[in-house]
Amino acid sequence: MSVRALVACFALALAAAPAGTAPGLAQGTQDAAPPRGDTIANAADTTGAASADTTGGAGAAQPEESCVSCHRSLDSERFSAPAKAFHNDIHASKGFGCVACHGGDDKDSGFGAMDPAKGFIGIPSRRDIPELCGRCHSDAQFMKRFNPSLRVDQVAEYRTSVHGRRLAAGDTLVATCADCHHIHSIRPPSDPKSNVYPVHVSQTCGRCHADADYMKPYGIPTDQLQKYEKSVHWATLSQKGDLSAPTCNDCHGSHGATPPGVSSVVNVCGQCHAVQAGRFEASFHSEIFSMIGAPGCVTCHGNHEIHAPTDAFLGVGDSAVCGRCHTADSKGAQVATGERSLIDSLADRMQVADSILGRAADAGMEVSQAQANLGNARNALIQARAAIHSFSVDSVRAKIDPGLEVADQSATRGRDALQELQVRRLGLAVSAALILLVIVMLVLKIHRAGRPTRPGEGKQRGNGGEGSHGR
Amino acid sequence: MSGTNSRLRALRAWFDDRVGILGEMERLGKKKRVPLHRHTIWYYLGGMTLFLFIVQVVTGVLLLFYYRPNAEGAYESIQFLMTDVHFGWLVRSIHHWAANLMIFTLFIHMFSVLLLRAYRAPREMTWFTGVVLLALGLTLGFTGYLLPWNELSYFATTVGTRIVGVVPWVGQFLLGVLRGGNDVTGATLTRFYALHTAVLPALVFLVLGLHVYLVQRHGMSVPPEVESEEKPPRSIPFLPDFALRDLVGWLAALAVLAALAAYFPAELGKKADPFASAPVGIKPEWYFMFMFQTLKYLPAYILGFEGEAVGILGFGLAGLLLFLVPVLDRPSVRGQRTRLFVWLGIAMIVYIVTLTIIGYAVSPKG
Repeated sequence: MSVRALVACFALALAAAPAGTAPGLAQGTQDAAPPRGDTIANAADTTGAASADTTGGAGAAQPEESCVSCHRSLDSERFSAPAKAFHNDIHASKGFGCVACHGGDDKDSGFGAMDPAKGFIGIPSRRDIPELCGRCHSDAQFMKRFNPSLRVDQVAEYRTSVHGRRLAAGDTLVATCADCHHIHSIRPPSDPKSNVYPVHVSQTCGRCHADADYMKPYGIPTDQLQKYEKSVHWATLSQKGDLSAPTCNDCHGSHGATPPGVSSVVNVCGQCHAVQAGRFEASFHSEIFSMIGAPGCVTCHGNHEIHAPTDAFLGVGDSAVCGRCHTADSKGAQVATGERSLIDSLADRMQVADSILGRAADAGMEVSQAQANLGNARNALIQARAAIHSFSVDSVRAKIDPGLEVADQSATRGRDALQELQVRRLGLAVSAALILLVIVMLVLKIHRAGRPTRPGEGKQRGNGGEGSHGR
Repeated sequence: MSGTNSRLRALRAWFDDRVGILGEMERLGKKKRVPLHRHTIWYYLGGMTLFLFIVQVVTGVLLLFYYRPNAEGAYESIQFLMTDVHFGWLVRSIHHWAANLMIFTLFIHMFSVLLLRAYRAPREMTWFTGVVLLALGLTLGFTGYLLPWNELSYFATTVGTRIVGVVPWVGQFLLGVLRGGNDVTGATLTRFYALHTAVLPALVFLVLGLHVYLVQRHGMSVPPEVESEEKPPRSIPFLPDFALRDLVGWLAALAVLAALAAYFPAELGKKADPFASAPVGIKPEWYFMFMFQTLKYLPAYILGFEGEAVGILGFGLAGLLLFLVPVLDRPSVRGQRTRLFVWLGIAMIVYIVTLTIIGYAVSPKG
């Protein structure tokens, strides 16, 4: 190790002080006291100057900074890892260097690079991180130059989150920007390697929220991740690869992460399940649930461990959710049973139609149009299943009846096709019999037509066409 | 009844007095004699193939009434034909099965002629035109397969035309000409439609006319084994004896066609979606399977050349050699008895049958 590197190590070790870090996170965002009370202000100035330089050449190939060249050669993983990881960072790809966050002078190859007089702040305090990131990310004018579509209200949102409010109150164990986005390998959420790529979000949140020891001071459950990974949402996201399926931040918010309140659950679920949410809000259940403090959708469907709903949810049977509140002889149970009966009738008739059409198709009959029409019955069934959230038999019937009509028409088309198949086969039998009869008559005629002859014998009149038989 | 017959006779006499063709045909038919021996059954294959071709023409014209040759309407027009047009399903199914049977009888006819060495002088031109008809039949099958514009036909054509693209030097040009662009699109469909319904049938009519004339001109060939027997073979007149026997074959083919159409109607499948991924197990029509399977077994490179290109050139060369059999079989020309080409023909049959069976039964990946 060079003398310069040793000195740099010593200086950084002095600047850094050990403190709590979110579990599993790389070191670097420790709750160290800033070298100077006005570090952020200085850093802001520095970054402002740096950004003036940097953004001028953003995206262009730049000479390696003195920070990176020196830190990379240090033996201590703690000091070298950031320098080694930073080339993967989106900021590096946009032309930003270490000084953009840490201050200092990257043109100075000696200790001067880490001179507090030049704005060097060392490792930023965890409390200061949101403001540090916000210097650029809350500046619409500045961010526009790199990504005009990127929002600039993350810090403002963060301040409203449980994390942000607790951090402001002095709790440095809560998540800040670097805990979710990584420290020196920040990637955009669209990058599959990013911690905040949809498929990875639950693990990122779970690093803290599934850690019982870490969450002990807060007294909140830590089974959300375990439950979520049993849900239909996780299956859709992880198995089907549907990135639009919800993960933690879709319901709780990203930067403004907060548990949805009783009254807002429907709005949260309604972001995707708009029809069901709309019908629920217009129903009398909405008011009753509010009165008794039962969260809208969650009461029947659960929250983190949401399974794919089935028709068995409806009614008052063993697996039915209505029976949790309604007794079997109540009016509510009658409505639930009536809706269930309508849903089952359409599902059954669709199955019958599908089976008949399948048999016809397997026999080679062209029934693809009827099979496609059956899709309209499926749509009706989906709409009816959404309509049950209005808790009105008439609303469900209004969707079921057109579906029944389509299902019956499709079944009729299938039966017609199967009947036509029988007619075709009968037609074949008749025509085959006729053909056979003609063949028999021909054979008889051939036998009566006379015997073959050899050249020079009886009936021969030629020698095989106008040419010869053989050569 | 007798009144009707006498009126028909009078009508025919009136027509013949002016045109004369019916009487001439009858004269020729009665004059022409067909040898009768233990291999006579193979004589019926040519007539059966001709009958199936006529079926193809008739059903093809009926299909033309409804078919719309563009990517937007082709599939739907066939769907309409099969569901809403009276006996539309029958017309399409017959066209589908008659095509397959025609290719089958074409192969049998070709191999029977090869094994009986009926290509010997003076019938070389009959053989040449026959091989050209086989090639035209296969091309008709290939071009017709795409026309329903369903998923299977689309991807099979994509693979089939891609194989043409690997032919050295001219492959990419041929690919562009065939597809009408880089990919199989509506432009390809229009080209295949024009080839299938106009160009190829016109060529078939020309070559088939020559082929039938030559058969008439030279008469049926008697195999050398039968020729060398002590007694010359017996014979029957073409009209009515052989024609009646031929008719039995045609009717039998018709019965088979009807049974196939009723029990295994031609399926339509899903409409082609160029943006969908190719379904698993894409296979060509059965008559191309031996070539497709051979290409699968070839290594990526053979002596520095692309394996598929070598395979395609190999099949091209084999086709050329098959065409030139009457020229290459010098011993037969000189009247010597040799079974070399018989064994070569048997080897070809074994190869084609084996590779086809493997193609359907084993179906190796890739």
